[in-house]
Amino acid sequence: MRHGFPLLSGVDLDIAAGTLTLVTGTNGAGKTSLLQLLAGLVPLTSGRAQVAGVDLRSGDRRQLRRRVGWLGHEGSFYDELTVRENLVFAARALSRPVSQVEVVAARVALEGRLDTTTKQLSAGQRRRLGLAWLVLRRPELWLLDEPYASLDDEGRTFFDELLSEVLASGATVVVSAHDPLRSPTLNPIGVHLAGGRVVPT
Amino acid sequence: MKLLSQRLLGPLTLVSLALTVWMGLVVTPPDRTQGDLARLVYVHPAIAWVALYLSFGTATVASILYLWRRTRSLVADQVAHCAMEVSLVFIVLTLITGSIWGRPTWGVWWAWDARLTSSAILGVLAVGYLALRRANDDPTLRARRSAVFAVLSAINVPIIHFSVLWWKTLHQGATVFTANRSLKIHGSMAWTLLLSFVAFTLLFVWLLRARYRLEEQRTVSQTSSLSVALEQRRREGAH
Amino acid sequence: MIRTALLVAGKDLRIERRSRVLLWQVVPFGVIALVLCGLALGPVGVSRATAGPGLFYLVTLLVTLLMITRSHAIERTAGTRSSVATLGLDPAGVFLGKALALAIELWITGLVLLAGSVLLLHTSLHGTVKALPSIIVTLGALAAVGTIYGALTAGDSGAGTLLPVLALPAFAPLLIAGERSFRAALNGGGVWEWWLIVTVALVAYLSAGILLYGVLEES
Repeated sequence: MRHGFPLLSGVDLDIAAGTLTLVTGTNGAGKTSLLQLLAGLVPLTSGRAQVAGVDLRSGDRRQLRRRVGWLGHEGSFYDELTVRENLVFAARALSRPVSQVEVVAARVALEGRLDTTTKQLSAGQRRRLGLAWLVLRRPELWLLDEPYASLDDEGRTFFDELLSEVLASGATVVVSAHDPLRSPTLNPIGVHLAGGRVVPT
Repeated sequence: MKLLSQRLLGPLTLVSLALTVWMGLVVTPPDRTQGDLARLVYVHPAIAWVALYLSFGTATVASILYLWRRTRSLVADQVAHCAMEVSLVFIVLTLITGSIWGRPTWGVWWAWDARLTSSAILGVLAVGYLALRRANDDPTLRARRSAVFAVLSAINVPIIHFSVLWWKTLHQGATVFTANRSLKIHGSMAWTLLLSFVAFTLLFVWLLRARYRLEEQRTVSQTSSLSVALEQRRREGAH
Repeated sequence: MIRTALLVAGKDLRIERRSRVLLWQVVPFGVIALVLCGLALGPVGVSRATAGPGLFYLVTLLVTLLMITRSHAIERTAGTRSSVATLGLDPAGVFLGKALALAIELWITGLVLLAGSVLLLHTSLHGTVKALPSIIVTLGALAAVGTIYGALTAGDSGAGTLLPVLALPAFAPLLIAGERSFRAALNGGGVWEWWLIVTVALVAYLSAGILLYGVLEES
């Protein structure tokens, strides 16, 4: 909540582990806020919520953030560093072997871009880098804020494949989008937000 | 009992202040060397006590209470805020009364005295604290940042004080200030001095309470406007 | 904690090396500030030579403000904060890392400014070399203090204007202590008080940063 304006009110949600949830709604409906809240990035000011066993009001949000993967709709890395350097930084921070960096880059089809400065990447490539960061982490809960924006058709297919893989590995995924998913393989549970609350679809 | 003490606080403050004025101006004799000017001793030290120790100290303690997880509450944050505002007012008063005293004694409005310089820097710290609060709208973020700043300032004060003190003494030896400061005090003067400390301490408590009440009311009005906004948001969702 | 610190410091320095903000913006600013100081003192050389230590530190403080803003700006690019937050880095380590990177940048800038003060203000080279240990420690303390104040003001609407008001009072003792020990190296005289002040400030701010940085990052 900022400036005393409630971003979310009347949200009553239960997301089961290992499922895919799609949050839809117009601009300003509260999609991003909901995802940020679930990621432990913003504090919960009233009401009650638990994510992965961590209470959002009284629990240790830092502990929670370590277990979730967050992909915002802006970039999510250091612009002056190259793709490789960004991934190495993340790998080191997470105590993962640095050798994984190239594997992960190949997984998101960025292997040819490893030594390009992030600033010079196209919007779609930046999104892939964000995903690479997540693939490297393999979090329990994936929170993806409008991941389809700025992806072309090929990117979408690739992304859907990745999601099925993630789901198959047992992780939970929450995705926000303006429109319903077009994927034939993914079958998300739909949640529609309007004016900061869940409305039945 | 609590109510009684609350009601008595205002009148008690006024009476003790009036008594200080009367004792300071009428009952006590003028000083042998400084004359009537020395009567500032009934105002200046007491104000400085409130400014530099009492209110700054209250703000620091409240900020530490906020930072400590187990005692974290927005009440502590608000008390710190109110105390810091009172502190700023009294620091300005300290500097003004000190200046008035300093002009005839030292011949200048401002001397690079250690105490004076560190009080002035303390004033800037208080201004910085309030500026920091203004720059952050989010209540939690504001509380965290200002509490950290208040604690840092408390760490700073002795460092600043000693650096200026040594800077001064190593620069040109002892100042006129220390020589003139040791006023001979006895009898009615000592009592008046003591009374002035009591009076200004009461004034501090009174002001802090009044300021805090104002803050409480502001919170109440914000909460009610919040529920209005909440209602609006709900209706927005219903459409 | 140390591992995180080195990781963060390495990242900050790498970004600095790549973007060259230090080289192209901060150092030239410091040099022109020194030149202006020389001009402000007038054409008589004597006052410039004696004013050297004080002016060096004054300019260094201004430069530090710029560098603090820069050090925190790189963390604030859209989305970076959120992603880095989910890496779960130890805040004490982040603090130490950023302070270390800032210290290294300050030492480099300091060297340029010292050379400037020897060349432009005719500060004695011999004395300047003797003063180096105290300068290194003072700039280290500045980096520690500055990193905390930078985090306090990061992302503010008035970013850049609030920082000086908050940080300069805390810089004051370091300015005094640094200037005095620099002067002592030039002209002789007691310095233990100044070492005491700088050391106390360094230790106090390192501890405060380790303890409190998490509170500031959590927002």
